[in-house]
Amino acid sequence: MTAPETGYTFAYLDDATKRMIRRAILKAVAIPGHQIPFGAREMPLPYGWGTGGIQVTASILGPDDVLKVIDQGSDDTTNAISIRRFFTRVAGVATTERTADATIVQTRHRIPERALREDQVIVYQVPQPEPLSKLEPRRAETERLHALADYGLMHVRLYEDIARLGHIAKAYDYPVMVNGRYLMSPSPIPAFDNPKMDRMPALQLFGAGREKRIYAIPPYTSVRSLDFEDHPFRPIRAPHACELCGSTDSYLDEVLTDDAGGRMFVCSDTDYCGERQAGANKAAAE
Amino acid sequence: MYVAVKGGGRAISAAHAWLDETRRGDPSLPELGVAQIEQQMGLAVDRVMAEGSCHDRFLAALAIKQSKGDLIEAAFLLRAYRTTLVRFGASDPIETAAMRLRRRISATYKDLPGGQVLGPTFDYTHRLLDFALAAEGAPREAAPEAGAPVGEVPRVTELLAREGLMQREVPDDAEPGDLTRQPLAFPAARPVRLQNLARGDEGFLLALGYSTQRGYGGNHPFVGEIRVGHVAVDFTPPELGFAIDIGDIAITECQMVNQFAGSRTEPAQFTRGYGLVFGHGERRAMGMALVDRALRAQELGEDVTAPAQDAEFVLYHSDNIEATGFVEHLKLPHYVDFQSELENLRTIRRSAMQDLAE
Amino acid sequence: MTALLTATGLDLRFGAIPALVDVAIDISAGEVVAIVGESGSGKTTLLRVLSGMMAPDAGTVLWQGQDLRAMGEAARRRLMRTDWGFVHQNPRDGLRLNVSAGGNVGERLMAVGARHYGNIREQALDWLKRVEVDASRIDDLPRTFSGGMQQRLQIARTLVTRPKLVFMDEPTGGLDVSVQARLLDLIRGLSRELGLAVLIVTHDIAAARLLADRMLVMRRGEVVEQGLTDRVLDDPQHPYTQLLVSSVLAA
Repeated sequence: MTAPETGYTFAYLDDATKRMIRRAILKAVAIPGHQIPFGAREMPLPYGWGTGGIQVTASILGPDDVLKVIDQGSDDTTNAISIRRFFTRVAGVATTERTADATIVQTRHRIPERALREDQVIVYQVPQPEPLSKLEPRRAETERLHALADYGLMHVRLYEDIARLGHIAKAYDYPVMVNGRYLMSPSPIPAFDNPKMDRMPALQLFGAGREKRIYAIPPYTSVRSLDFEDHPFRPIRAPHACELCGSTDSYLDEVLTDDAGGRMFVCSDTDYCGERQAGANKAAAE
Repeated sequence: MYVAVKGGGRAISAAHAWLDETRRGDPSLPELGVAQIEQQMGLAVDRVMAEGSCHDRFLAALAIKQSKGDLIEAAFLLRAYRTTLVRFGASDPIETAAMRLRRRISATYKDLPGGQVLGPTFDYTHRLLDFALAAEGAPREAAPEAGAPVGEVPRVTELLAREGLMQREVPDDAEPGDLTRQPLAFPAARPVRLQNLARGDEGFLLALGYSTQRGYGGNHPFVGEIRVGHVAVDFTPPELGFAIDIGDIAITECQMVNQFAGSRTEPAQFTRGYGLVFGHGERRAMGMALVDRALRAQELGEDVTAPAQDAEFVLYHSDNIEATGFVEHLKLPHYVDFQSELENLRTIRRSAMQDLAE
Repeated sequence: MTALLTATGLDLRFGAIPALVDVAIDISAGEVVAIVGESGSGKTTLLRVLSGMMAPDAGTVLWQGQDLRAMGEAARRRLMRTDWGFVHQNPRDGLRLNVSAGGNVGERLMAVGARHYGNIREQALDWLKRVEVDASRIDDLPRTFSGGMQQRLQIARTLVTRPKLVFMDEPTGGLDVSVQARLLDLIRGLSRELGLAVLIVTHDIAAARLLADRMLVMRRGEVVEQGLTDRVLDDPQHPYTQLLVSSVLAA
């Protein structure tokens, strides 16, 4: 299949590469939360800017798909625009900013507020797939710890937080147990988004390009954020209402409005916020 | 009333247009040609080919022009382009003993079969800025020519090995790993390590090699031999079953001779560190050879104590395309995570203040 | 009494050097067995082989009738954090120096599934008390502790999950003589109280006499003599044991 940009195959990657990545994805789905090494290619975007997510998206994308790309919850951040343009250029697929209309959502750092459906796939960009990397930098060793489900070290880290600070200090990239077996990094989403992963109807795929790993959470799989019985997991959000749509249960960005401490809070998910505002205007007009 | 920031798309387009403008510089000056870069900035082309792990002088020169002379950016362009190329096979191993030499030096023998050939080198130049070069178009004196060594020139390491003084490398018919297809895994075999180093960042190899000389994993190196020149690349298509010469490439090979104390079961011998890179890149080949030897510490029964001996540390951080991407990604927006940290810090501080007050 | 751990026919060579030569040993529940010998005699190697850290060239090690090699790494690691404990000569090898004292003791509990912070902390405090580390130090890093305190912390960390068998490799090795005596008392008290089996490697005959019910004397990879501690020390049969005992008496 040819792409709008002449000289490249559909969605940039050649068919052999796509097959290799799809095999890795299938393995990942079969072993929820387990990191599958794959032969990541050099992409025309830099490592750390979403090459893993881009390769996963490129491998599952078909000409009828509708793609949404967000970064920090917004469709209009520069990197989201850049990735969306890339797929428009090399695959010519339709794109959307509306979560409800997308068949594939590629994301960096957020899960949309609107619940995803069975007919949707969410692709996360992952900088560091190894949840134990800050505790044990050696891959050979962390792989052994996963194989043996030896996760005491992670709990020690959480214990230390409570002993020192009174709280678990992890606010994003908060580790989760998938299907009761594998410890997994949810990618650097805020801990606020973690509960959305649990038993999500949509397939969740994770791509780490530089670290050359793919992992997945099949639909309706249990995802538990690590915690203690007497210090349960708390999703954190700024305790305010969105200034634009009034939402009190969405994740908020803090915007500085002047240099004298002036600030306001608005939804990080721009599509969600826009829809609520449009709904409110419509209600007011009726 | 606050309106969410928009217009990222327009900003990107404008920024890229500006980039194009600054690349061209002052339009009253003649534009730099790709052929000029290829000819007159040959060592930059060599470095980009090595780190871009793609031997094509024209593409490397084009990448240098496009990247405004940022060589890591240029290597990145070359790597991304290479992803789109169809791989139709692997060449036969090249034979560096049959290299057509431009340069060949040994630091271990005053004279040796094949001789010392200085070749085009900065060595022994006085690093004085040559203001004559600023006056363009000055006539150039032709370099005197001498006959190049003919036939195969024996390698120094081979001369030592014949006497039993150099550890023999055991030829391995196993298919070597391919980092462009399989991710790094540990323990990494030597072919994979060498492949990683051959395209590693020159500054990183240089610094690590240097650190071994200063005592961080020292292995007492001598330059057995450096050779620079051209070798033929043969390819055997499976449907033909015989080798076809598909052209020549320029390469630099460095063999370091290092001490090895020996053990109760093995008599003392020299061991080697090996460097082989695309183009003319002595600094890179030497750094590679030092690091290769340092990474053999475990295999040779030495203590692994220094960074250059630590395979995971070295091999995971040598690639400058990976490194620059991940370092520079810190420029991307992180305000969602930062917001979580802010709220977290505020909560922790609040409860600490309460505890203090009570 | 059935043996917890039984090893037979252990052989291991490092190149030309024999480290273990046809060694057999067993240890029963609640029993303290000392392996003595000078450095290079193979006693630390024996401990590493018995605890599954190192594979012998020949011979078998059975844990409660199960072959250690056959059970696989996952099962061995599980043993190491449940029924077994290992106290290293250098506490730095057995502690996490960048984790608080409480976290060090709590780690084994968390590794076997404890998920209640308050309970973990309570048990950590209890164990710090038992090894005579001041409760106020619970959130301090072990690197601020003295050598003796570090070693007591390592023992607390090891014993908190109530293992059946503890391997000890020269546990008093790097300590001052006065600190050694106190630590030996502590080990003796805890092993009796908890009914621990302890396999202790030491070059210190006096320590062996204080702690051990039985002892094995090793030389060049071979067990040259074994028996009840008092019998071996008061009536040594092998010339090497005689030399070892007399050199202590002379010192």
